[in-house]
Amino acid sequence: MPLLSLACGVDIRYAIGASLVSVIATSSGAAAAYVREGFTNVRVGMVLEIATTFGALAGALAAALVSTSAIAIIFGLVLLYSAYLTLRPHAAMAGPAAEAATRDRVAVWLRLHSTYPGTKGPEPYTVTHVGGGFGLMFVAGVLSGLLGIGSGAVKVLAMDQVMRLPFKVSTTTSNFMIGVTAAASAGVYLHRGYIDPGLALPVMLGVLLGAFAGARLLPIARTLHLRWVFGSVVVLLAIEMLYNGVTGRL
Amino acid sequence: MTDEERLEQWIGTLLRSGVIIAAAVASLGGIVYLARHGFEPAYYGVFHGEPQDLRTVHGILHDVLLLRGRAVIQLGILLLIATPIARVALTLVGFAIMRDRRYVAITAVVLGMLLYSLVGS
Repeated sequence: MPLLSLACGVDIRYAIGASLVSVIATSSGAAAAYVREGFTNVRVGMVLEIATTFGALAGALAAALVSTSAIAIIFGLVLLYSAYLTLRPHAAMAGPAAEAATRDRVAVWLRLHSTYPGTKGPEPYTVTHVGGGFGLMFVAGVLSGLLGIGSGAVKVLAMDQVMRLPFKVSTTTSNFMIGVTAAASAGVYLHRGYIDPGLALPVMLGVLLGAFAGARLLPIARTLHLRWVFGSVVVLLAIEMLYNGVTGRL
Repeated sequence: MTDEERLEQWIGTLLRSGVIIAAAVASLGGIVYLARHGFEPAYYGVFHGEPQDLRTVHGILHDVLLLRGRAVIQLGILLLIATPIARVALTLVGFAIMRDRRYVAITAVVLGMLLYSLVGS
């Protein structure tokens, strides 16, 4: 979306519509591979989607009432902070912390603990602080609905930093969820006439090609590199948002 | 293969077919549209909003029957928006087969909100 509105001079409302289309295409295109390979935690995704879809609906309906400049500035600051947190990787949960997490009552009741493909076969992991993650997911949903983005960065933050999932599980589950979050607000924006076929078609085709290619890279990519790529993208996005918010271009 | 893994395979297949069908339909509409209007300059600097018939499921389907290029693209986009919603519906079926009541309830809540957004709002 920043690319469309800043580089191509498209009106922000058409950009929001096309952006939602690109989010759904990315999510569905890449998730197809991740889910099959067992990276995505479908249960974690489903539970948190309650928060994100509810947030997205609320955000999309509120978008008409709120000043987008103010939102962009707040969002930019949130992104900068999340980039800082991601680049400072937390130590893997071990010893007492991991043991405590296996007893996390909510996570056990919802059967969230799972395994993911590691270098030496399936690696088990645990999930903790479901409530905190759920709350942050609601915020992610509202941002998504207001700004027409997937807010995948905030979702990764919630799962990686709060719920302590492995990084590859966090990114793929986030990718799995953004499609549903965007679909929730896409309906509202479609009715408002923000989704233009002439603009959405090239965006959709380009994004699908990118998503299919990216999904082939993940199993062989190293987590440290992923963190840096992710962190840099988030910083760029944050600067973009702050600039737009301050100059009132949104 | 466990039930859980089988569900993951289904979801993967559904998502992949969904985006491929959506892209094919939208491209087809794109060809029709470009063949008729390809040489008109495009300008999106000013917001007009889409015409009323491209804003609702009913209106889009109506125009598709008239073979309007833009409506066929919009149908492809509608199919794309429907793909994650269909994924949630499939997950609901999967959890029902596994007799996992908690997750049937969770998934039903999400599905309800999505359908409200697309059709009801």
